[in-house]
Amino acid sequence: MLEKNNRKAWLYLLPAMLFLGAFMVYPLVDVFVYSFEEGYNFASQSFFGTGLYNYRYVLRDPYFMQAVKNTFILVIITVPLSTGIALLISLGLNSIKKLKELYQTVFFLPYVTNTLAVGLVFMILFKKTAYSDGLINLLINFFGGSSVDFIDGPYWAKMFVMCFYTIWVVMPFKILILTSALASVNEDYYKAAKVDGTAPFRIFTKITLPMISPMIFYLVITGFIGAFKAYSDVVAIFGTDLNAAGMNTIVGYVYDMLYGNSGGYPSFASAAALILFAIVLTITCINLLVSANSDNF
Amino acid sequence: MKVVLDHLTKIYPPRNKKDGGFVTAVNDFCFEIPDGKLIGLLGPSGCGKSTTLNLISGLETPTSGRIFFGKDDVTELPPENRGVGLVFQNYALYPHMTVMQNITFPLENLKGADKLSKEQMEEKALEAAKMVQIEKLMDRKPSQMSGGQQQRVAIARALVKRPRVLLLDEPLSNLDARLRLQTREEIRRIQKETGITTIFVTHDQEEAMSITDMIVVMEAGSVRQIGHPQEVYEDPKNLFVAKFLGTPAINVFEGRISGGKLYIGDDAVMDAPAPDQEVWIGIRPEGFIPAADGPLRCRLRGVEVMGRDTSIISENDHCQSDTIRSIISSEIRVDRNSPEVRFAVKPNRTYVFEKESTERIYFGWETPYSPNEDAPSCAGSGEAAAQAGAGPTKATEA
Ligand SMILES: Nc1ncnc2c1ncn2[C@@H]1O[C@H](COP(=O)(O)OP(=O)(O)O)[C@@H](O)[C@H]1O
Ligand SMILES: [Mg+2]
Repeated sequence: MLEKNNRKAWLYLLPAMLFLGAFMVYPLVDVFVYSFEEGYNFASQSFFGTGLYNYRYVLRDPYFMQAVKNTFILVIITVPLSTGIALLISLGLNSIKKLKELYQTVFFLPYVTNTLAVGLVFMILFKKTAYSDGLINLLINFFGGSSVDFIDGPYWAKMFVMCFYTIWVVMPFKILILTSALASVNEDYYKAAKVDGTAPFRIFTKITLPMISPMIFYLVITGFIGAFKAYSDVVAIFGTDLNAAGMNTIVGYVYDMLYGNSGGYPSFASAAALILFAIVLTITCINLLVSANSDNF
Repeated sequence: MKVVLDHLTKIYPPRNKKDGGFVTAVNDFCFEIPDGKLIGLLGPSGCGKSTTLNLISGLETPTSGRIFFGKDDVTELPPENRGVGLVFQNYALYPHMTVMQNITFPLENLKGADKLSKEQMEEKALEAAKMVQIEKLMDRKPSQMSGGQQQRVAIARALVKRPRVLLLDEPLSNLDARLRLQTREEIRRIQKETGITTIFVTHDQEEAMSITDMIVVMEAGSVRQIGHPQEVYEDPKNLFVAKFLGTPAINVFEGRISGGKLYIGDDAVMDAPAPDQEVWIGIRPEGFIPAADGPLRCRLRGVEVMGRDTSIISENDHCQSDTIRSIISSEIRVDRNSPEVRFAVKPNRTYVFEKESTERIYFGWETPYSPNEDAPSCAGSGEAAAQAGAGPTKATEA
């Protein structure tokens, strides 16, 4: 009976398994194989030999190292900062009950707004055109500074724009998650704490924070993964020639190796992709370990 | 600590524009709670019990009226300076802390001269835990305990600072029937041991009747009757209280007083020396006496013999509910096959209420309730009541 049910279950799962196999598992295995095949050629389906050559090449490529550096800076700056700022804003929203709904809509707007429209906003803020230096530069000028070229200028300025953009884009989602997490903390905990004369900061660190920590962990993990995968946003701001701009990311490097100016090197692309995979896997495992070891109820 | 509520009123503003008017959650509540007593605050859901408790704890500020603990006016004091312990229906234990951490949490907030060392805190926590018999579970997380154990932890946490007043908001509602019985006895025991003035909120009349020294029955923000549980049961001042107390519930009839007799339909059930008028008549299940020549005629629907007691289920067109349930001793035999059953009624279990106001009509023969032991009367002074010791705790069965 159980046996039969089991077989039936597999039968039902079959279409999904086939689909996943064809479009996820097979390409993954393929990428894995490519990454060890030296000089693989799409057209002739030929390669010179197998080995770690591709990895050696990619790891020595200054463009790749630049991309790794950029990606790490992006991750390390934006994930904690965006989560922290989102938490502050959510706490504020949670304490102003009346305006909560309105603000939630306002903060959620970027999430549902078209990427192009978002890009346009950033143009207005940062881009130097024939007519203006951008809103931010106007502000800098107003306070007596001199204009900075955020798009084609110094590395730190470009990095600033990129981080700013990333934080801004992920903010609404994080605020949404955190405000609902805060709202779901039972009122009675706060009543109990208040009767015991708990100071507000202690209420925050000893009650609120632990209660919403599962959601914070969730945001940090997805934030890490999202930031490691950054690519399209960078293109939207700095154009397609990211290597020249010095603003490439790991995913951007993979893309360039496949289709970009230096395109046509699937082996290098595969090796770079697997390195990224290894990095993301390691960090996610560390995250999960940390969250498993800390307060679980 | 004696607690005095002096014309306490709480009016909530409308929550939002849509849901309209102001809500009077507590209306002119006057009560002097004697020192060291367990008081039951009883009423249907939404009648203002929690609001009253929150006013006493200081989580809410009254719209008008004052609150005294002993001689101190605490109306303006913030909760932490009042010395109250609060226990919630859902326990509200911090899920990420162990039992020990939960119980020491209130102590860690102490500042200045009151500040305690870690050892002192743990000692106090252990003492409170022993009182509720959870001292062996100090390292567990709340999720690893049963509901009853969690509620004990919550009580220990409320007691650890030795509050002047202990407030329990429906503490048993989340427990299953068996644990509810057990935990309520436990609460009674702890209250007696500590002698802390305790207010116990419940919507379950049996709970209130069984463990409290005195109950306050509330309806829609107003106090409807205050008294010893048995007094409130035996001598309800109005129809609401009569209906709210007692299981099985009181049987309510539409009737009238005419020529000094009390009528249900055409049946004159007893003498009623009062002016002619339409009335509500409430007869407790134990207020019926089956008798071949009894004045009240009902259609017999069934007889259930359960050990000591027999329930007679019958119908009468003038009864508010579909069936009348009367409980008599099993020794009295009832003819199950008869289509009709006739009852005489016990005058001291039959209550008559004015039609409009639903207030009780007294006929002059009622003997005022006198407790077997000294129990505080609600108007009595707190001092005398405190001397009187514990009143009877068990409502004698119906
Ligand atoms: N914060 C509040 N704002 C507005 N109305 C409230 C608030 N709290 C309670 N009420 C209203 O006051 C009344 C009494 O509530 P409550 O004291 O919680 O009743 P109970 O505890 O007896 O069930 C209810 O009608 C409830 O809707
Ligand atoms: Mg309530």
